[in-house]
Amino acid sequence: MRSLASIAVLVLAVGLLPLFVSSGVTLGFVTMVLYATLLGQAWNILGGFGGQFSFGHAVFFGTGAYAMAVLQMRFGLNAWAALPCAIALGGVAGTLLGALSFRYGLRGSYFALVTLAFAEVFRILANTFDFTGAGVGLQLPLQEGAAQLQFATETGYLYLALALATVSLLFAWWLKHSRYGAWLAAVRDNEDSAAALGVNAFRVKLVAITVSGALMAAGGAFYVQKFHYIDPHLAYGAPISVEALLSAIIGGMGTVFGPLLGAVVLHGLGELTRNSLSSTPGASLVIYGALLVLIIMFMPRGIAGLFEGKR
Amino acid sequence: MTQRRQFLMNTAALAATAALPLGARAQGAPAIKVGVLHPVTGALAYSGNLSRLGAQIALDEINAAGGIKSMGGVKLAALLGDAQSKPEVGVAEVEKMNEQGASAIVGSYASAICLATTQAAAKYNIPHVVDVGVADQIVTRGLKNTFRFGPGYKITTEAAINNLHIMNTVARKPAKTVMIIHEESLFGTGTANLLASQLPGMGYEVKEIVKHANPTRDFNNIVLKMKSINPDIVIPANYYNEYALLLRTMKQQNVTPKAVFSVLGGAASSFKFVKEFADAANGVIDVNHWYNPKDKRAQALRKKVEAMPGQFYTYEVFLNYQCMYLLADAIERAKSSKREDIINALASSTWDKHFMPYGPTKFVNGQNTGAAPLTLQVLKGDIKVILPNTFAETEPVFPWKV
Amino acid sequence: MKSDEKAYPPPAMLDPAILFASVLNGLTTGAVYALIALGLTLIYGVLHIINFAHGAALMMALYGVYFLHEKLGLDPYVSLPIMVPAMFVAGYALYRGVIARASHGKDENILLITLGLSIMLENAALYFFKSDTLTIDTAYTLSTVNIFGAMIAVPKMVAFFGALATTAVLLLVIGKTSLGRAIRACAKERQGARLVGINVDHVFAMSFGIGLACLGAAACFLLPAYYVNPQVGNGFVLIAFTIVVLGGMGSFVGALIGGFLIGVVESVGGLLLGESLGQIGIFVIFIIVLLFRPQGLFGARA
Repeated sequence: MRSLASIAVLVLAVGLLPLFVSSGVTLGFVTMVLYATLLGQAWNILGGFGGQFSFGHAVFFGTGAYAMAVLQMRFGLNAWAALPCAIALGGVAGTLLGALSFRYGLRGSYFALVTLAFAEVFRILANTFDFTGAGVGLQLPLQEGAAQLQFATETGYLYLALALATVSLLFAWWLKHSRYGAWLAAVRDNEDSAAALGVNAFRVKLVAITVSGALMAAGGAFYVQKFHYIDPHLAYGAPISVEALLSAIIGGMGTVFGPLLGAVVLHGLGELTRNSLSSTPGASLVIYGALLVLIIMFMPRGIAGLFEGKR
Repeated sequence: MTQRRQFLMNTAALAATAALPLGARAQGAPAIKVGVLHPVTGALAYSGNLSRLGAQIALDEINAAGGIKSMGGVKLAALLGDAQSKPEVGVAEVEKMNEQGASAIVGSYASAICLATTQAAAKYNIPHVVDVGVADQIVTRGLKNTFRFGPGYKITTEAAINNLHIMNTVARKPAKTVMIIHEESLFGTGTANLLASQLPGMGYEVKEIVKHANPTRDFNNIVLKMKSINPDIVIPANYYNEYALLLRTMKQQNVTPKAVFSVLGGAASSFKFVKEFADAANGVIDVNHWYNPKDKRAQALRKKVEAMPGQFYTYEVFLNYQCMYLLADAIERAKSSKREDIINALASSTWDKHFMPYGPTKFVNGQNTGAAPLTLQVLKGDIKVILPNTFAETEPVFPWKV
Repeated sequence: MKSDEKAYPPPAMLDPAILFASVLNGLTTGAVYALIALGLTLIYGVLHIINFAHGAALMMALYGVYFLHEKLGLDPYVSLPIMVPAMFVAGYALYRGVIARASHGKDENILLITLGLSIMLENAALYFFKSDTLTIDTAYTLSTVNIFGAMIAVPKMVAFFGALATTAVLLLVIGKTSLGRAIRACAKERQGARLVGINVDHVFAMSFGIGLACLGAAACFLLPAYYVNPQVGNGFVLIAFTIVVLGGMGSFVGALIGGFLIGVVESVGGLLLGESLGQIGIFVIFIIVLLFRPQGLFGARA
């Protein structure tokens, strides 16, 4: 229950933030942290709670992003209607990819590599078909207004990101406290003995990857609404997969708040190094990389590991 | 006597202080902050750093020449930003610049980043001078803060098609077939689409359109295809690395079309390429951002840049250099560091003290309507303007004789 | 050919001379891929880690070759005996000094460490060497060899034989030396190896060093036909992974043949489907192999 209270406090605190803070930098920072939390949590549900490492979560992100843009631009759907469709399509992509790879028993780095390959295939496909704008990408028309899910100020995006991130946190909390979550943990720790206890490992993993894909697609949909532009590299490129797994692993895998902590630290570090070393290109990212290595060196269980004591 | 003299001297000193030239007094006034936003790390780092260089040279020159004179010589101060080759980082940098009190922003090179940063700047009504960003969507969205000094890819491609046709007609039409080779993102695909839709109407057969990834590690395949198609004209639209590899491979495979005619070619209007691959570059024609070759200021800047170790005089440099001057002129006329005033001054800009072949600036929907590319050819190890005639330094060599 | 396609122009891909040249070109390109994949497959086979810093290490090696050429006037092929040991030492030190210390034996940590390292290296290169794309000009850069009408660039021919030689040397080292026996033992059963008195950490570091040494060789063969900039490695990482999986993780012969195969698929696929879409062939093969034969074409079942 303590985590549930913490989530409530977080929602309240962030929800009230725009009343006290008007700085676009601060609100933008919080928005991007929440967005990164969403991506990290999406990865965490499959990778942290489920033990299935993915290097290609961009495949779901891109599907959500393209669905959002295509449904609005080619089918004239309202953004509010397109959002659940995009999320659902991300879930479907998760189910399909999961069914294929889990059916053939891919685990560990084999699973990681197959997700990577799928992201690449989708990137090339998005690059090829006019339907997705091919290499030109899709430019979402500028129509500011809550009815279009586009906002003139940062506050609107802040609330959208908060809503999505909260859903992801609540799902992670549920995983910690539900029977399904226990099955998933059993599969992560030892798939064979979980199966021996009567857990349907295939189905358990399939649910995890479906939810994971749906949440990641929500991130993609958010990206399109906020930045109004998507192209194959932004949607399906490796950087987005890396962003998702970084905040989850740095923050602490298989924990409810790990992705949030990871997102705060990574974005904080990113801002700090970028602001202090803006006149020497490269220097800021060298330090960013070095800090990353140091964090892993000294916090092998992620930042959340510091709070949890010995497991 | 001594008292009187002392008194006189004191009065003189006081008077001198009161009569201090405006410039000196303004040193106390806060500088006008200008965001200089480019992708200086990540995949676009090369172009981003050159862009930053151009903007900084201009800014230093403006300050050295006495700053904004209409405001008593107040100086410009750069707020350097790094978009890390990602649109969302570009947006975060705009937010930061807004809070640091930027009066205007110059940047942010790549089309995808410009789309994001112009819009973020629009939220705060920050004037945003677009340095390169050739995608035409940047200036067709009705953003009042956005001003693009240079030409978009539509203007550039149309100029390219016209000039190709002129050259071919003058040479009694030796060229009939075309092969287009383009990179897969916004710039290459957009350019290729325009070419493919317009060339057939002018009597050219587009034999093949090849799209390739960034990076493409090997061009032998594409050149093999070229060999079998044997097009009269090869039109590349891609970035520097791929462009260079393509031309090297054509040289190796001994493929010599009647012309290599590129649009916004990554390398054909690059002194670096001409210097490093003199053989492969020879004869290549390119339609690109270029300065008026007869303008002494353009040549002076070239000398200045080439005197810096390892730097080359590229379109990124001189476009950003000019964009900074364009902005300074607007601030000069606005007599204000207020964003709204600068936007109005930019919108009514008729600036003609630049060395680009554009004529006085005139912005319609944020696009400088006079902006146009020049057609260039690599001849004897140098880059020469061949078309249009007003700016031409020499006659085109077309078809290219081996 | 589909019947509804236009009868003209004559489809270029059916020209046997072009197809032959494309296959040869694929083989020589594949040789360079194989060289990069050789190091990766050793690291993967022994340490079971996905080395995300492989591309960044290749980039550093390419800069090494570049500066040896620019500052000392050394031909890239002459640089081989310098670059191979230098990269070996760098790899050994990197493993012992950073990776082993920071990983705490967890695979996901090694993944992040190598990711962090690659960010550091790439941007250190940006900081020190600037973002310029650098190339070297040698007498043979633009020379070609005519093989039954197909023009193959000399540097690519050299790379082809270089890949064969490197594979042979690796097979000898792993198959015939005591170090090789230790490496094989650690790859198979690290606890068992430790029990029989093998210094596992040392062997791991040696493997990592040899893996990077392969990159030193790859860089010497690659630079004359290519270029170097801070991002250059990224373009090779994914393809190297594909080859490693295809050939079977840990198999040198697999990496060599996988490299050739991927090179040819990329080349001929590009010819038939177009350059951009042709890349799909690689990843479709990748996925099929992962699903149906995850041990790869030449690997033993893990």
